Amino acid sequence: MTIEDERREQVLGTVRRSLGNMKSDKARRAIVRGRLENHPKGEIPARAQVNHFKQVDLFVEMAGAVDASVDRVKTKADILDAVTEFLRSRNLPQSLIHGDDAYFADLPWGKHKTLEHRRGPAAAKDLVSLAKAHSGVAETGTLMMASGADNPVTLNFLPDVSIVVLETKDITGDYETAWDRLREKFGEREMPRTLNMVTGPSRTADIEQTLLLGAHGPRSVHIIIVGR
Amino acid sequence: MVIRSGKFKANAREALADPQLQRAMSNVGVGFVQKRRMAMDKLPEFDALRDQARDIKNHTFQYLDLYYEEYEKKVREAGGHVHFAPTDGDARDIILDICRNAGAHSVTKGKSMIAEEIAINDHLEENGIKPIETDLGEYIIQLRGEAPSHIIAPAIHLNKDQVEASFREAHTGLDENRNLDEPESLVAEARSMLREAFLNADVGITGANFLIAETGTSVIVTNEGNGDLTQSLPRVHIVITSLEKMVPTLEDATAILRVLARTATGQEMAVYNTFSTGPRREGDPDGPEEYHVVVLDNGRSSMIGTEFQDMLRCIRCGACMNHCPVYQSVGGHAYGWVYPGPMGSVLSPSLIGVDKAGHLPNASTFCGRCEAVCPMRIPLPKMMRHWREREFERHLSPFSVRSGLGFWKFFATRPRLYNFTAAVAMPVLAALAGAKGYLKALPLATGWTHYRNLPAPEGRTFQQQWRDHLAGVDE
Amino acid sequence: MTIPTHQASADKPHVGLFVTCLVDLMRPVIGFATVDLIEKSGCRVSVPEMQTCCGQPAFNSGDRAGTKRLARQVIAAFDEFDYVVAPSGSCAGMLKAHYGELFADEPGMSDTVKSFCDKTFELVSFLVDIRGMTEVAAEFRGKVTYHDSCAGLRELGIQAQPRALLKSVAGLEISEMQDPDVCCGFGGTFCVKYGDISNAIVEKKTANIDASGAEVLLAGDLGCLMNMAGKLSREGRSVEVRHVSEVLAGMTDGPAIGAKRT
Repeated sequence: MTIEDERREQVLGTVRRSLGNMKSDKARRAIVRGRLENHPKGEIPARAQVNHFKQVDLFVEMAGAVDASVDRVKTKADILDAVTEFLRSRNLPQSLIHGDDAYFADLPWGKHKTLEHRRGPAAAKDLVSLAKAHSGVAETGTLMMASGADNPVTLNFLPDVSIVVLETKDITGDYETAWDRLREKFGEREMPRTLNMVTGPSRTADIEQTLLLGAHGPRSVHIIIVGR
Repeated sequence: MVIRSGKFKANAREALADPQLQRAMSNVGVGFVQKRRMAMDKLPEFDALRDQARDIKNHTFQYLDLYYEEYEKKVREAGGHVHFAPTDGDARDIILDICRNAGAHSVTKGKSMIAEEIAINDHLEENGIKPIETDLGEYIIQLRGEAPSHIIAPAIHLNKDQVEASFREAHTGLDENRNLDEPESLVAEARSMLREAFLNADVGITGANFLIAETGTSVIVTNEGNGDLTQSLPRVHIVITSLEKMVPTLEDATAILRVLARTATGQEMAVYNTFSTGPRREGDPDGPEEYHVVVLDNGRSSMIGTEFQDMLRCIRCGACMNHCPVYQSVGGHAYGWVYPGPMGSVLSPSLIGVDKAGHLPNASTFCGRCEAVCPMRIPLPKMMRHWREREFERHLSPFSVRSGLGFWKFFATRPRLYNFTAAVAMPVLAALAGAKGYLKALPLATGWTHYRNLPAPEGRTFQQQWRDHLAGVDE
Repeated sequence: MTIPTHQASADKPHVGLFVTCLVDLMRPVIGFATVDLIEKSGCRVSVPEMQTCCGQPAFNSGDRAGTKRLARQVIAAFDEFDYVVAPSGSCAGMLKAHYGELFADEPGMSDTVKSFCDKTFELVSFLVDIRGMTEVAAEFRGKVTYHDSCAGLRELGIQAQPRALLKSVAGLEISEMQDPDVCCGFGGTFCVKYGDISNAIVEKKTANIDASGAEVLLAGDLGCLMNMAGKLSREGRSVEVRHVSEVLAGMTDGPAIGAKRT
């Protein structure tokens, strides 16, 4: 036994001893397996149990309440118009970094020659990022970002401004539905390496409980919702 | 960390006489308390969600060994490592080994109370590795050489001008005449100072609010984004966490997240809830190359099955201390170890021994506000009472308490003697007070009269007067 | 041994008054006000002589065995009554909310203890919730503020009941203080064992009381009232302090708690 194994046995052995009289191992394992396979849903707030149109509206409302800005465009073809307009309105350079997401590959970049765009993970110098959300959860205006080559995790944290594209079809009422969608993509009991639930821009209240935006992560989060 | 819990009374006295601290603490009762209240009011299901959160944890503990087996399997499949640490010393050894193997010189750290519990910073520093706290509050107190005074707001005991002074002292090389009057400028300065640290670190250490058995995932909950930069940029990510953080599924984790931020800061959700599963994968352009989870026990496994098991449900939201009149008065440092407030008064004796932390479960008015706001429905006062019982059984209670109690019990269990004695004593006290109706000082009652007057008794006891009343004697 | 009051009539529910040791020793008028209010609610009242204390000091000091001895004594003394009523949220909370936990390890006691807990109430919640009282006939001129004592509030849910009855008192105006539901720092032996902290807590409370502009402070627990009255008096503040039952029963002729005797 290695020292690692000994330590493991010491901890889990004490857990088993503390649990005392237990049901048969087989029965216990069946209960654990059942829970993990069925991942039962519990109490879900009624707030987001509304039709999809209302869920989209709720998402917009809740994201706004946590200081994210939200723009809505009709189709994917309108995204870059919205991006350049947003950058202009904030006096930001027309330059951004995004991942290898196929979704971005066929945007009409040629139509927006002044918009500089690089692909890859974010570096310290990157001021603005563009990323694609896996889901948006209306309940709290939360974005679910799944990491990978398509959407590097650093895009969500290093740049000052995070622009996130979210399709209306990807908006769910609650977290539970978003987990189901994630399992559809990645498989049962599988996760992307990093799954970020992002609810508004970075903030801190560590100095005299004064709430300030832009602690270490993005100072602003701009969400472009695509589709009606 | 040196344990100073035995000096609680002296610590408290010092804290009460510290005007800076008193000014800073006045933010607690208002900010946190009101924000929580507003978040509650917006979610009608809140109490049902609390019940559910409690049930999830209770279920998990019943099968904790098996959930760990499943969890480990998934972490390994994802290419990560799980290390069990029976003691704080083991955890320090494990982390130092990982850092050494990675050839680490500099380590960035997200906020972690377990890191405080095992005092990892001192250990790394003693071994030539520089730990840099990146949570703003933790960064501030690291500059000042202090310990956190709150589990989610580590620098709550400080005022802005103290932070400014620390920054001016530590951040040499910046314009001395720069304006740091506004908190914004302090936050911006910390942000730019720490960017460098994030990018240069070899290892990033974060805590974990949850471990998820279903997927082998660790979860951190932050607002600043420092935890994410800490774990995404360096080559190695170490998660330091403790045994009770396990939940079965993603649904279970989010069910508890629904109560966590609302209770902690009044937010509907913290800004960043980050779910990490293993190291960087093939094709990933960023993320750590190694992923280690260190699971600290330090006495927790022995709490299972005892009257203190419920304490393991704690999700470190801080609501109990935010609402505690004692914590609000003396701040976190007075408690003398890592965990302050009501949750600390119950947990610390389990982790460091009731002989060292005996004051803590006694320093409560049992007002019950902590239990009333606890999102996990932990019966904190009841468990403090359990510690008092353990102390009493082991004859650890102070002599004055035992003798006073014995004296009182002698009378209370002898109603006739009690009635007789009271009938003699009360008129004497009343006469001592005279017409002014109160006593300014009374031998054996200086604990009371030092700060307040003692209202005088009416004179004759109720039982005496009642007997007269029944006998038809007019008063 | 108990002696029924002269208003006794067999068909009325029979209430045993648990007077509490503090009321017995320090402020009997609360006991008389309590008897009066219970009688007005249509019950007859007796006061068992074999009562002393609910056992809270021992319970909160970790002396479980000592507490049990007292608890048995209390349960036996009140065996014959339909209800047990105490003018204190803290003592009633001990009897109602903690006796069950205390005897959890004695299954043989469970029926006895349960029926005792079920029939035990704090005075004002008994009047409103059990007896359906909605108003009192009392009169009291002045502005009062009400402090929610912790045990009554959080163990027994007493908050709306006293305010409802106080609103019916002729001439009385309620002016809520900031944080009426925050502890006054009494905490039984806490206020002596940790006097410095207790003092810091009660200082905040008296400042809030003063800021409410009320002339009179009311609450349902004598321990808290003595703590706040003692502090108000030491600070030279002129707020008068009384138990809520005194006002509800119209028994406010005598001096307030810790006040001058005339």
